[in-house]
Amino acid sequence: MKQDYRHIVLLIGLGAVVLLLLGKIFSLQILHPSFKEDADRNSTVYETIYPTRGIIYDRNGSIIVGNKVAYDIMVTPREVKAFDTLALAVVLDVTPDFIREKMADFNKRRRSIGFQSVTMMRTVPAETYMRFDEVKYKFPGFRGQVRGIRQYPINAGGNLLGYVSEVNQNYIDKHPGEYRSGDYAGMTGIEAAREKELRGEKGYHIYLRNSRNQIEQPYMDGAEDKEAIPGKDIVTTIDADLQQYGQELMQGKVGSIVAIEPSTGEILALVSSPGIDVEQLADIGKHYGEIAKNPYKPMYNRAVQASYPPGSVFKLVNGLIGLEEGVLRPEMTYPCHQGYHFGAGHKLGCHSHKSPLNMEESIMMSCNAYYCYVLKNILDNKKYDSVADGLDHWREMVMSFGFGRKLGSDFPAELSGSIPSSKTYNRAYGKGRWNSTTVISLSIGQGEILATPMHLANLCATIANRGYYYIPHIVKESDGVTIEDRFKEKQYTMVSQEHFPKVINGMWRAVNSAPGAGGTAFIAHIDSLDVCGKTGTAQNPRGADNSVFICFAPMDNPKIAIAAYVENGGFGASYAAPMASLMVERYLKGETSRPALEKRMKEANLLSRVKHD
Amino acid sequence: MIEISSHQRGLKQSVDWALIGVYLALVFIGWINIYASIHSTEPSSIFDWSARSGKQFIWMLTSFGLGGLILFVLPPKLWEGLSIPMYIGVLALLVLVIFVSKDVKGSHSWFELGPVKFQPAEISKITTSLVLALVLSQQGFKLNKFKHFMIAAAIIALPMLIIVAESETGSALVYVGFIFVLYREGLSGWWLGLIGLVIALFVGTLTAGSFWAVLLLVGVLVLCSAFMGPGKETGRRLGLGVLFVGLMALVPWLWGLLSNAVQTHVDWIANVTWVPQAGETQDWFWSFILKIKPVYLLVGAGLLAIPFILWHAYRQRDNFLYVAVAAFMFGVAMVFSTDYIFQNVLQPHQRSRIEVLLGLKEDLAGVGYNVNQSKIAIGSGGLFGKGYLHGTQTTFGFVPEQSTDFIFCTVGEEWGFVGCFLVIMLYVFLIVRLILDSERCRSPFTRIYGYCVASCVFMHLFINIGMTIGLMPVIGIPLPLLSYGGSSLWAFTIMIFVFLALYRDEKKYF
Repeated sequence: MKQDYRHIVLLIGLGAVVLLLLGKIFSLQILHPSFKEDADRNSTVYETIYPTRGIIYDRNGSIIVGNKVAYDIMVTPREVKAFDTLALAVVLDVTPDFIREKMADFNKRRRSIGFQSVTMMRTVPAETYMRFDEVKYKFPGFRGQVRGIRQYPINAGGNLLGYVSEVNQNYIDKHPGEYRSGDYAGMTGIEAAREKELRGEKGYHIYLRNSRNQIEQPYMDGAEDKEAIPGKDIVTTIDADLQQYGQELMQGKVGSIVAIEPSTGEILALVSSPGIDVEQLADIGKHYGEIAKNPYKPMYNRAVQASYPPGSVFKLVNGLIGLEEGVLRPEMTYPCHQGYHFGAGHKLGCHSHKSPLNMEESIMMSCNAYYCYVLKNILDNKKYDSVADGLDHWREMVMSFGFGRKLGSDFPAELSGSIPSSKTYNRAYGKGRWNSTTVISLSIGQGEILATPMHLANLCATIANRGYYYIPHIVKESDGVTIEDRFKEKQYTMVSQEHFPKVINGMWRAVNSAPGAGGTAFIAHIDSLDVCGKTGTAQNPRGADNSVFICFAPMDNPKIAIAAYVENGGFGASYAAPMASLMVERYLKGETSRPALEKRMKEANLLSRVKHD
Repeated sequence: MIEISSHQRGLKQSVDWALIGVYLALVFIGWINIYASIHSTEPSSIFDWSARSGKQFIWMLTSFGLGGLILFVLPPKLWEGLSIPMYIGVLALLVLVIFVSKDVKGSHSWFELGPVKFQPAEISKITTSLVLALVLSQQGFKLNKFKHFMIAAAIIALPMLIIVAESETGSALVYVGFIFVLYREGLSGWWLGLIGLVIALFVGTLTAGSFWAVLLLVGVLVLCSAFMGPGKETGRRLGLGVLFVGLMALVPWLWGLLSNAVQTHVDWIANVTWVPQAGETQDWFWSFILKIKPVYLLVGAGLLAIPFILWHAYRQRDNFLYVAVAAFMFGVAMVFSTDYIFQNVLQPHQRSRIEVLLGLKEDLAGVGYNVNQSKIAIGSGGLFGKGYLHGTQTTFGFVPEQSTDFIFCTVGEEWGFVGCFLVIMLYVFLIVRLILDSERCRSPFTRIYGYCVASCVFMHLFINIGMTIGLMPVIGIPLPLLSYGGSSLWAFTIMIFVFLALYRDEKKYF
């Protein structure tokens, strides 16, 4: 059978299939330009340009956080030739196993790495890098990439400044699109609060690789490149000298000192002790374990996170509320017989002082009984339906001083403390089953009241301002860095301004009365500076009482308001008062007239008194 | 043309130098493109023995020697005589390799003798071609006889099945191309149509769904029976068939409306006449209605029509209608079992390759990666390409297997559409030349062998290039003469030069 048509059929079929192939190829190569872009994208190299992080200044223009150069050691696995692992390990100051493990890992990931570079070591100090640089030629495929790290010229404000570290996956997920693995970000303190300004913007240069993986030219002549935008500098309200001085004073003690400029609300110093040394901040990764293990919890910023009973300094608030409510007049006197007696044999104790006494004297001598009467009168006021009602009004007025809530500072991780309400006691005792004597310890700042040292400093600033405060803040307005308007608004309390001078007189007398007159804070006296202060001795269920002191100076036109809180420091006058006084003197005069006191304070070590978990 | 008697023929006339020229051109193009695809990672000379381009150069030289040996030294009669022993020997090797070879990406198809690796599946194409040529060229051998057809089919299927057992499904697919040889030698064209229909049903079921696949089947059968039936009936049958298929095409749409209405009705029953116990018994009818799919309706209509069609066929003596009924039942069975075959017979990697190819699954990181990068490589070549050694896509290792199975990417990227066109045209020339030379031969053995060679080259060409441009699933077979690899180059060299030797010895029609 002759099949003369069949080869024609087959040839036609061949022609059809070839047309199909050529058609598809034509469509890919000529009709779809997007493949060209895809190929370009495949062969482009992004070189990330890291911006320099903003510098942090103190209020006087000294640098507290700067930058210094470090290096990341990068590897391009495809370019690595056989090399002397031991020699490289010695130069880079790591174990040979570290390098072997890294190289094995890169080898495992070689398909995804391709021609790219990967980081082998991060932030190698410049000295190490110099050693490496000399012998780099022996290790093809290895190179260094400049990377700025933090530098701290002054040892001031470890906790306050916070640290910068490499972002982890959790952090990247929380800030979608902002960070990539290998980026650094501020994690605590000012570094975290002002991360957006400080970090700047990353840039990149795009290059095209040629077919031999050599960088050939900038992609589109650099039209698509983006230059890095350096981070903005931040000027803080901190006085570096005062901050450093405060830290020195607090050495060996657990507690906090917060200093505020009353006329602006700017935080001058924010000491938390024990704190993190700036040396450790620079290389937080290395020291993190050791910091975390420290039983005194140096990461814990007591200035804004510790909730303490305020103790007797809270009498000022009760006094002011009493005056405002009309249940207290400055000339009213109350007796004190070693305390306040109530109910069947109950007594809230007090120390020996003259009796009876008026309001100014009660502040000067810190009489407990006097404020028991004051609080009782506030709560049992006829204009309120019940004690519960009275307490809730009292609470509202207390909170107008900033207590029991976050002050709203720009400093991260601030805690709110707490002020009890009628609900608190209804829960504890049952509705109607408590009265003003049940809660009598509120009168002297004990019981259910908790406040942070920042709250106390803010109270002091409020009194210094005669009735208002500015929300304490730590960043000053400067070029390109704005602060929110709320930091510039006066926050009035619910107590009329006319009542404040009466309290201030008491505070002045507590510090400036002649020795033997009974003033509790004579130790805080500084010649020619009218320091006004109030001591506090707060009960600490774990050992010795806490030493508390707030003061401001000068009396007229105050420049500084300060709160010192020393755990297990005993009487307010033992540690808190002298330290606050020394701080005031340092800030206003620049030097101390009491070197012996200063020495004694710096050298005192109370750590053995502190019981920790 | 002047007829020249065989004893007067000189070397010049008898050797097809044009075919040798195309062969050399393709081998040379392959060699320089292999170098282009590796030069960035192994920066060395094209002759560097340690790199693939250098090794390929050795393979080329040995291939030329082998070609010369076959063409000028070995007696051409040898091939016909040795075909059966060689076929049996290679079959034995194919089986043996399953047991002695190492596992290379799941397949057991490589012998390793020191540095030399060798795949018997490559040689098997030659021996199968020779035996097929021998058997088909026998006097009185008729492919339309069932027994003879089974013999031919067995010759092809035997090595094919063993290769499938080696998990080299790609290489086995090439044997499907022998159907073209059988067609040329008298096999009914219906077999080609049947294979085409099976593939269409398989792909159609997976992409468009079983309803449309069955409708396609019905449409094709109606069309064929209209033309194959007794002459005067054609117009009427065609009209009825088109009407039927057209009406059925509306079914899914109508069904959508209907089932919405039923669903509403069921909801209405559930809401209005809610009877705690009787609820289920009331609903079974409606939920049964909802379970019916259009395809059941279509198949049901078809099955109901079968007795009438059979009676009609008996009355009209229309034999094709019997075939159509059988084809319908076979096709429906296939459509319904496609899912089963797809999920259970195919291996997972084959399944995912087909899914990606059919666009059922977008998978640019996994299976689709190769094809996507390969398309980017070829697509970015544009009209004239990026220039020799200037391709970025192939040299950065985005395309895997770039010097072997994906060598066409390098051609596409560096030489552009012009290069692709040229290379494909060289293959077309090769295949057309093989077919025309074969047609010119007096000896059926040479002719059939020539068709076998053309079919193998064609299948490799279509599958390989189809794979790189996303027309075919990723099936790892080399591009003849271009891809890196000694086994493949040797096999195609032997294949082509055996034909050249036979052709040289041939009395021809001019």
